[in-house]
Amino acid sequence: MSLSARVRVQRGMLHVELDLEVADGEVLAVLGPNGAGKSTLLRVLAGLLPPDDGRVTVDGNPWDDVPAGTRLPPHRRALGMVFQDALLFPHLSVTDNVGYGLRTRGVPRAGRRAAAAAWLDRVGLGDLGDRRPAQLSGGQAQRAALARALVGDPALLLLDEPLSALDARTRLTVRAELRRHLAAFRGSTVLVTHDPVDAMALADRVVVVEGGRVVQEGAPAEVARHPRTDYVARLVGLSLLPGTGEGTTVRLDDGGVVAVAEEVRGPVFAAVRPESVALYRSRPDGSPRNVWRLRLTGATPHGATVRCDLGGEVPLVGDVTATAFAELGLVPGDEVWAAVKASEVSVYER
Amino acid sequence: MSRPREGTGVPLPLVVPAALAVAFLVLPVIGLLVRTPWSSLGEQLTAPGVGEALRLSLVSATAATGASLLLGVPLAWVLARSRIRGRSVLRALVTVPLVLPPVVGGVALFLVLGRQGIVGSWLDDAFGITIPFTTTAVVIAETFVAMPFLVISVEGALRAADARFEDVAATLGADRWTTFRTVTLPLVAPGIAAGAVLCWARALGEFGATITFAGNFPGTTQTMPLAVYLALQRDPEAAVVLSLVLLGVSLATLLLLRDRWLRGAAS
Amino acid sequence: MRRRLALLAATGLLAGCGTDASGDDGNGPSGTLTVFAAASLTDVFTELGDQLEDENAGLEVRFNFAGSSALATQITQSAPVDVFASADEPQMQVVVDAGLADRPEVFAANVLEIAVPRGNPGGVTGLADLGRDELAVALCAPEVPCGSAAEQVLASAGITAAPDTLDEDVRAALTKVELGEVDAALVYASDVATAGGEVEGIPVPDAEEALNVYPVCVLADAPNPAAAQAFVELLRSDRGREALADAGFREP
Repeated sequence: MSLSARVRVQRGMLHVELDLEVADGEVLAVLGPNGAGKSTLLRVLAGLLPPDDGRVTVDGNPWDDVPAGTRLPPHRRALGMVFQDALLFPHLSVTDNVGYGLRTRGVPRAGRRAAAAAWLDRVGLGDLGDRRPAQLSGGQAQRAALARALVGDPALLLLDEPLSALDARTRLTVRAELRRHLAAFRGSTVLVTHDPVDAMALADRVVVVEGGRVVQEGAPAEVARHPRTDYVARLVGLSLLPGTGEGTTVRLDDGGVVAVAEEVRGPVFAAVRPESVALYRSRPDGSPRNVWRLRLTGATPHGATVRCDLGGEVPLVGDVTATAFAELGLVPGDEVWAAVKASEVSVYER
Repeated sequence: MSRPREGTGVPLPLVVPAALAVAFLVLPVIGLLVRTPWSSLGEQLTAPGVGEALRLSLVSATAATGASLLLGVPLAWVLARSRIRGRSVLRALVTVPLVLPPVVGGVALFLVLGRQGIVGSWLDDAFGITIPFTTTAVVIAETFVAMPFLVISVEGALRAADARFEDVAATLGADRWTTFRTVTLPLVAPGIAAGAVLCWARALGEFGATITFAGNFPGTTQTMPLAVYLALQRDPEAAVVLSLVLLGVSLATLLLLRDRWLRGAAS
Repeated sequence: MRRRLALLAATGLLAGCGTDASGDDGNGPSGTLTVFAAASLTDVFTELGDQLEDENAGLEVRFNFAGSSALATQITQSAPVDVFASADEPQMQVVVDAGLADRPEVFAANVLEIAVPRGNPGGVTGLADLGRDELAVALCAPEVPCGSAAEQVLASAGITAAPDTLDEDVRAALTKVELGEVDAALVYASDVATAGGEVEGIPVPDAEEALNVYPVCVLADAPNPAAAQAFVELLRSDRGREALADAGFREP
């Protein structure tokens, strides 16, 4: 059970051109901003949208093969799909919702009730089977939707922003449960999300999609550490500074120079974590090699720290403690000195 | 600032026209009640033909509603969901009976299903079936006039329904027909019920197309509206009584059904 | 019998209807004249109205053609009307009883004829054919004038008709003949005369048994009594009688 997909499809202004491979038991996260083509990709894989060109093969069976004229309708594909809003059928009980995929495959009533009950137990809803979907909380509904998608033992599981409609606390618990169920799932999983935490927590591999194309691919930790686009960098909270390595300095494409600890040559990214940035009212003593005079453009409280957006020669995002922020007495528009140790700057080829 | 009024929660600019609308709709009925010859009510009600006309009205309106459901719901689906070419033209055509004077509708039915009609003459020649002046013709005339009401309400319900549920069903192995039966239809059931009520009410009050295409013959084709109209020619008091009977029976039926639905939905 | 009595009574009243001062002093009537008339009079009244307008510059004649009972109801609900021409006497009586007019005057009569589609597919030759089950037959409902007239004619001929429909008015019955959906209908001779080529008329012997008379009157509070009087006089003139005869009506 593996997925191999080559998808070409035009949606309005967006041209989607994505190639994916997902192995048995693997969870692939497709990470990207709204309008990047993530949901379009899922709809093509599900058979809800015919691609303009390409092939989708699952477990060796062609689901879509445009050159060969093959196209399996959605109801003939062995797949399960979970949508952002659980989309449980409002007129059916929770049990009947979970059993729906067996009903369409001709499983007798008793059999599908038993299977549905077993799955409801697994997702922790064993005693809620007789309820109507409207009587479930958001988290319960999403668990039921997962059970409904998995009950038919699909070869491919598609998750479309499955956690983004949940509140923060519920998201945490459902995410943990989802992780457990995905680990037990033998088929291939494609998870679409715009939340890097989902991708990190649930996926074995991440592809970052922007404008209908893959812009980065790799293990979640690798993508988080070495973002290659501003979008990913912002998501993981890094300041991404593209430039050219000239020994132990990097000359930035947009002007400015960053000192780094190791020797680099050629086109590179320099990335700075927010907690590595120190702010001062006056030019700091000592000799940090990177000191810039920047302007505070925005400040957002984040728990015990304040995230400061800094503009100027080297645009940065810096975190300072709330206490420090108060002592500095900064307001947006103020000039400020920012210092970063060379050893705190990570550099990698682009 | 006009804040919503305490208690009712309805802003004044809405209350006044709404109250006027109620008065406008209810006062004519009150006028009928005031004019009702209560003393001769029993006599009018038991007059020969009244029960027959009432029975015929209920039977034919119900049959017309059934036919409209059978044909109209699929049509509404085609209008709301399919991507066939010329759909807007089709929708316009469907609403033609709404704007067509019903008498003209009756003539149009003759031209198709009458003895000389395109289909009717063939039916006559091949099977010896003639439709005009039969109870079947009453049902056909009522269906012609009333079905658009059903189609339009069901189409509206289908458009308002979340089509993503149909996608979900497809990913769970349901083909389009199964999806329609097990998901779409239950989702739009309230819209279908509302459309059926509207359709039934319109069929019950149908006059023009019926008297033209089905004629007026007691026991076979004389429905209550026809009886009312003819009574009006000779005895306006009797016409008032018959109108009230029609009104009372239709209201009672709708309330009864609503009651049943509400209880069904609550359980 | 009732009708013949009514006819006699009406002839006796020929002297005039709405004898209020006409107010014309040499000049012809002007302004707006509103005439409510039975639907069967549509063609002939429109023609006469045009003539009256041609002869009197500044006069505008407006017609409201409908079923007589609908017209009677509208008049008693105080629609402003100058002239009312009814297709039967009971509806005129409604207006008279309401005190809105007196002394109506009969100006035309109508007899029943059997109307058949062109070519007479049912082979209808007389009233007796209306009793044949295999023919589709339309009569007027007994509640409306042409229906009660039909009942009388059939009764005096001793024939039990087998109608398929009892129509709400004579036009509805005639439409069914025109469309070929019925083989025969009992309608007024005037309707056959104006129906055109799709309908043929078969005279009914003893039709005068059920002569239907058309009374007309000027309303008591007519807004334009002078014009109203002029219109009624035109109806009674040779020209008016000729036009009515052309339209298939009989002298009262």
